[in-house]
Amino acid sequence: MTMQNVGRPTRPEGAVEATGHTSLNGGRGLLQDEALIFELGGWDKTGVDLAPAAQDASDLGDLVRAAPIGLPGLSEPEAMRHYVRLSQKNHAIDLALYPLGSCTMKHNPRLNEKMARLAGFSDLHPLAPQATVQGALALMDRLAHWLKTLTGMPAVALSPKAGAHGELCGLLAIKAAHEAKGQGHRRTVLVPTSAHGTNPATAAFVGYSVVEIAQTEDGRVDTADLAAKLSPDVAAIMVTNPNTCGLFERDILEISRLTHEAGAYFYCDGANFNAIVGRVRPGDLGVDAMHINLHKTFSTPHGGGGPGAGPVVLSEALAAFAPAPWVVSGEDGFKLVEETVGEAAQGFGRMSAFHGQMGMFVRAYAYMVSHGTDGLRQVAEDAVLNANYIKARLSPVMSPAFPDGPCMHEALFDDAWLEGTGVTTLDFAKAMIDEGFHPMTMYFPLVVHGAMLIEPTETEPKHELDRFCEALIALAHAAKAGDAERFKGAPYLAPLRRLDETLAARKPRLTWRPEAKGVSPAPLAAE
Amino acid sequence: MRYLPLTPADRAEMLATIGAGSIDDLFADVPQAARKADLFDLPLHAGEMEVERELASLAAMNRPAGAGPFFCGAGAYKHHVPATVDHIIQRSEFLTSYTPYQPEIAQGTLQVLFEFQTQVAALTGLDVANASMYDGSTACAEAVMMAQRVTRRKKAVLSGGLHPHYAATTQTIAHAEGMDIVRQAAAIDAEAAVLDAIDSDTAAVVVQTPNVFGVVTDVTKIAEAAHAAGALLIVVTTEAVSYGLLKSPGEMGADIAVAEGQSIGNGLNFGGPYVGLFACREKLVRQMPGRLCGETLDAEGRRGFVLTLSTREQHIRREKATSNICTNSGLCALAFTIHLSLLGERGLRELAALNHSRARELRDALAAVPGVEVLTPRFFNEFAIRLKGDAAKTVEALLADGVVAGVPFSRLDPAAGMEDVLLVAATETTTTQDIQTFAQALAGRTA
Repeated sequence: MTMQNVGRPTRPEGAVEATGHTSLNGGRGLLQDEALIFELGGWDKTGVDLAPAAQDASDLGDLVRAAPIGLPGLSEPEAMRHYVRLSQKNHAIDLALYPLGSCTMKHNPRLNEKMARLAGFSDLHPLAPQATVQGALALMDRLAHWLKTLTGMPAVALSPKAGAHGELCGLLAIKAAHEAKGQGHRRTVLVPTSAHGTNPATAAFVGYSVVEIAQTEDGRVDTADLAAKLSPDVAAIMVTNPNTCGLFERDILEISRLTHEAGAYFYCDGANFNAIVGRVRPGDLGVDAMHINLHKTFSTPHGGGGPGAGPVVLSEALAAFAPAPWVVSGEDGFKLVEETVGEAAQGFGRMSAFHGQMGMFVRAYAYMVSHGTDGLRQVAEDAVLNANYIKARLSPVMSPAFPDGPCMHEALFDDAWLEGTGVTTLDFAKAMIDEGFHPMTMYFPLVVHGAMLIEPTETEPKHELDRFCEALIALAHAAKAGDAERFKGAPYLAPLRRLDETLAARKPRLTWRPEAKGVSPAPLAAE
Repeated sequence: MRYLPLTPADRAEMLATIGAGSIDDLFADVPQAARKADLFDLPLHAGEMEVERELASLAAMNRPAGAGPFFCGAGAYKHHVPATVDHIIQRSEFLTSYTPYQPEIAQGTLQVLFEFQTQVAALTGLDVANASMYDGSTACAEAVMMAQRVTRRKKAVLSGGLHPHYAATTQTIAHAEGMDIVRQAAAIDAEAAVLDAIDSDTAAVVVQTPNVFGVVTDVTKIAEAAHAAGALLIVVTTEAVSYGLLKSPGEMGADIAVAEGQSIGNGLNFGGPYVGLFACREKLVRQMPGRLCGETLDAEGRRGFVLTLSTREQHIRREKATSNICTNSGLCALAFTIHLSLLGERGLRELAALNHSRARELRDALAAVPGVEVLTPRFFNEFAIRLKGDAAKTVEALLADGVVAGVPFSRLDPAAGMEDVLLVAATETTTTQDIQTFAQALAGRTA
């Protein structure tokens, strides 16, 4: 069996059962077998009508491209049909519960899409004169105010473009703060074993060596181990709270006290802020820096893998080191500070070309204003209630990793309950697809064997939670009854059967090549 | 609250199933001192109409690029995006799906990424491309760090023609990773100067074409010099439409090409979200950052696509990953791919030719204004002009005439001593009337 280093099989195993009836052309009823755009023959076609150019490019001489580029074109009806057919092969939150733990797949309000498309936001150039973008700067300022108020932190850097980019921003601020205090020699970052992969990757990226902190039996940071490892060499700890096991770090105040006593800073991974928004302020927990995934807690769409947005709130100790740009308000209205000079000279630099993910700021702000302080508190409560409800309903048939006490926004199970069934976590997850649900997060966190991390979010109605739980309970009974075939070959009913990831990685084919299909991009016919 | 489906009766029933007395019991692990009992000093929830009213009033305080003559470029460009693009990216199955970790139910997203990677490789003239980066500037920083992994050297030379914000981003991020970044002084025709800075410690040479002043350069000689010294050439492009007219980076010897893809399929959005393009030669692929989509077969032998070579990535390699990146710019990449599919080779070439033509028209009109000197000899759709006096003040003055004249270079690089330099861009959206209005207004202000 081919495995990744976390024990997850990467290619289908054993004989594959045919599903019975098949079509003659490779499709599955209305689900079409759709070719790539490169195979549709549109080498000389365009779906865009443009005015002819009045002047030629003779002034560019030999800088002009001579050879064909190799891009096919589609007329508008062909493009519409191609991408709509492809869309039908995706699962989406709008179709069913999407229980990816740690990813927070919640409803994306369409009002937010509409607001982001107002020309006054969507058609604004980042370098347009500041007098012409006062409303945009005001929105950034209001968003910042909400984020600071909800977290109890005095400053926020809006520019990071995703969670991991926010982690980088936070650690760079920490590094700059240490250097300013003559503590630049600190070289170590402590990270719990249950952390997201981005935490150690970010720390290493910034040049820190990563030391893991042990976890207690009940899934929390081992404070004794933390105390032992905190030394004058430690620059920061990176702790996710609620953590990736879906648990609140009960000793969080002790963790931050120990950290600060050792002269280190407390970076909090805010990926799970959804669970506590409106009820707990990270600033009250002693956090020095925390990124906020606007695409999680504040519901900007995930879009099949981005764009994200990862503003970072900062404590008083780190605020001066925030990167450019930021918004200030004065007598003449709002101003964007774009250079780290003068009063802003301590800023550590710049995270990206412009001011951050404005399109996401508009959506997140619309989401916040819609909920209000009362609605956001309800968000956290319902997210936690839904997760505990799933935990309660599934615990009789599956094994919760941490059975004692409540969980927060996600319920974590291990694979002990599958022992002897011949079914793995992966098999179980793939069988969920046949029941119409996206699998939960699997094999993460790494500290739990065969982990299954289920996050329902607050936007699931009770009847959908029940439908989900009943599907999993039925599957669990099937696994225990010895119906391993249902799982080994799953999914049977998805657009494709299980895919061979080992084959993909062994001889990577990352682009379409004409030779593969015996066709080639022809030079454009003369007009 | 319209987004929260649970009723009070649901909540009571669910608490009973859980065996908890109240919601507070579920938050029992939160230390008492950290529990916030009261609401925050923020407004209460609001209906759709009220939210729309507040946001519309903020939007109305801004002047959209489409509101009149508009000539800003410098890394973000006003282009027309076909209505089809925005319609498709708002389909639930694309908009509300996650990263395609379960390929059996994400073939829509994955096939689009495969098409995207192929399009980007073709545009840049390189072998392979990834599934996108946050934007052009972060792609540039990632390319520099990739060169460090490939060459095991620490020095990177950034041309003075590189967008100053790209240079600052690269300095911030790559320096943090321990690299030695040599940033050359801004100059209109900066590219030749990089030749002198290449030595046996150089991991990468970073050159932008068209550069921040709009200058189009054949980088073949720089590629030769870099390769002779064992360094990689990274070619940066901030205007992806230029690929439709100009020689590709690959054709000129680039090892890595990065670009801002906003111009194709994506609106200006005040700076984001955008989509970073990242392509390289095949032999370097295992050092690439970011997600990659690859072709494979399913258990019944049918073609399908999966995320692949993930052993480079943070969720598997943790502190040994090639990058900490965990997100691409999926939906923006989708918009890019749809728009480019609609254009096709013919449409892209026509679009690029039209952009160039409009910029030539603008050049002719501005060159005729007394006191204006055109600084960029050969350009694609933007160029630099020197004014008699401060460019930022001129831009401010021209606002009164309804013209957004461009980006003063001093806004990007205040220390360069180029207060009189203005960057101006024209695209297919620029009309002859816009150009005449600009030229007349400028003549009026400089007279």
